[in-house]
Amino acid sequence: MSPLDVPLPALLGQLTLGLINGAFYALLSLGLAVIFGMLRVVNFAHGAQFTLGAYGSWMLLAHAGVPYWGALLLSPLIVALLGMAAERTLLRRLYGMDELYQILLTFGIALAIEGTLMVAYGSSGLPYDNPIPGGFNLGFMFLPYYRAWVIVVSAVVCLGTWYAIERTRLGMVLRAATQDAELVRSFGINVPRLITLTYGFGVALAALGGVLAAPMDQLKPLMGGGVIITVFAVVVIGGMGSILGSVFTGFALGLVEALAKVYAPSTAGVVIFLIMAIVILFKPSGLFGKA
Amino acid sequence: MPDFGAPLLQVRGLHGHYGESHVLHGMEFEVRTGEIVALLGRNGAGKTTTLRAVMGLLKRRGGSVLIEGTETIRLPPERIARQGIAYCPEERGIFAALTVRENLELPPVLRAGGLSIKEVETLFPRLVERATSPGTRLSGGEQQMLAMARILRTGARLLLLDEPTEGLAPIIVQHIESVLRMLKERGYTVLLVEQSLEFVTAIADRHYVVEHGRVIDEMDSAQALAAPGRLAAYLGV
Repeated sequence: MSPLDVPLPALLGQLTLGLINGAFYALLSLGLAVIFGMLRVVNFAHGAQFTLGAYGSWMLLAHAGVPYWGALLLSPLIVALLGMAAERTLLRRLYGMDELYQILLTFGIALAIEGTLMVAYGSSGLPYDNPIPGGFNLGFMFLPYYRAWVIVVSAVVCLGTWYAIERTRLGMVLRAATQDAELVRSFGINVPRLITLTYGFGVALAALGGVLAAPMDQLKPLMGGGVIITVFAVVVIGGMGSILGSVFTGFALGLVEALAKVYAPSTAGVVIFLIMAIVILFKPSGLFGKA
Repeated sequence: MPDFGAPLLQVRGLHGHYGESHVLHGMEFEVRTGEIVALLGRNGAGKTTTLRAVMGLLKRRGGSVLIEGTETIRLPPERIARQGIAYCPEERGIFAALTVRENLELPPVLRAGGLSIKEVETLFPRLVERATSPGTRLSGGEQQMLAMARILRTGARLLLLDEPTEGLAPIIVQHIESVLRMLKERGYTVLLVEQSLEFVTAIADRHYVVEHGRVIDEMDSAQALAAPGRLAAYLGV
């Protein structure tokens, strides 16, 4: 099929949808990258923390009357606090040990979160109202305001996180601690506390993704599991721990996936994993990662 | 011999482990305010481990480490640093992801009395020229200057220096020596680990000889200069 065979409105429509998916990929892979960059832990609980963020917004609304705009801040904060408690009580004991233990623990946390949500709320799905009804008529497609909002929030948060890590003193300390935490501690900097806060921030990004996703679909206990597999591929392609890599790759792969849906629909489900295989083959450290 | 002040650092019965290896077997020494004290010994004697244990960077350590009379054996490194002590590791610990300037600005000022960035740059003018270079692009000498400059900003009065002249050209060694003399004049206290006898006998007020993780001899600079063979024999040079 030549590019000209596809009607332009359909192509642009898919690219816009790709951008929305990319916004989630970027936000979630950024959280994983921040956690891996500092803790050297692959956070398998990330998908479940995304789900918890979404359910958090539902619970805040249902039980405390907190609307979407309040939940946008409160739910990530609460999930981050739970994450920090898990880091201090469980994850911290595994630093320096075989990665397998960290994978098992974070995977176990994911199962515990998903199982609890399943028992408490069932698996049929919970609705969450769209806080910004209506949309733009772009000519080639109708773009709901809410989806445009998701793209903007994700881009701003990703940019802000990149700025904080690459251009501020706090980011400078984090980058140094990633290389030699002990030496940074000998400068009088409380690195263990920094690690807890970093984990909390990464978890908050996952939960924020969940809150953003809540009005777009039914809330289900396994909603994070589906997206997180793709996000892990995004992180590997971008380079484990690379902030810029995760943001750029997240948005770019959303678009690539959209193009695949237009030109080779049967490959759309695997194109990201195919790219991951090629990147691992030729640049195992990822497109933006340092060997 | 000059009259130094009260003990700033007192190490008593210090034991240290790396994993299952018992490396320090009851180190005993002290460093008085304003002194430059050297730990000497062959490779593997436990000198670096002693500095790391004093700084709290050893996971398993026991005994007593008093800094200005405060027991620090159970404190984490970040709290030990706040007692006014700073550590410059043998491998210099320059951060690859940071520029020279960022490396310099990384340690927070923990106490008053540290050198300002301007003073540091006057002391090590080469660092000004390389301010925007990645830290690891520096030569060995420049890296050593940066590693020392970095800790002088913090306000620490006790400096732990691990092999500050290792692998450096003689002209850089002379510069390091002059910097240490200047620091001593300004009242800094230094505990250093060195392999170069020529360097330490020129600069240190006292020497402790370390073997198998314990101090086996102690001498002041006058004794070391009067009997140069004594230290050399311990070191097998």
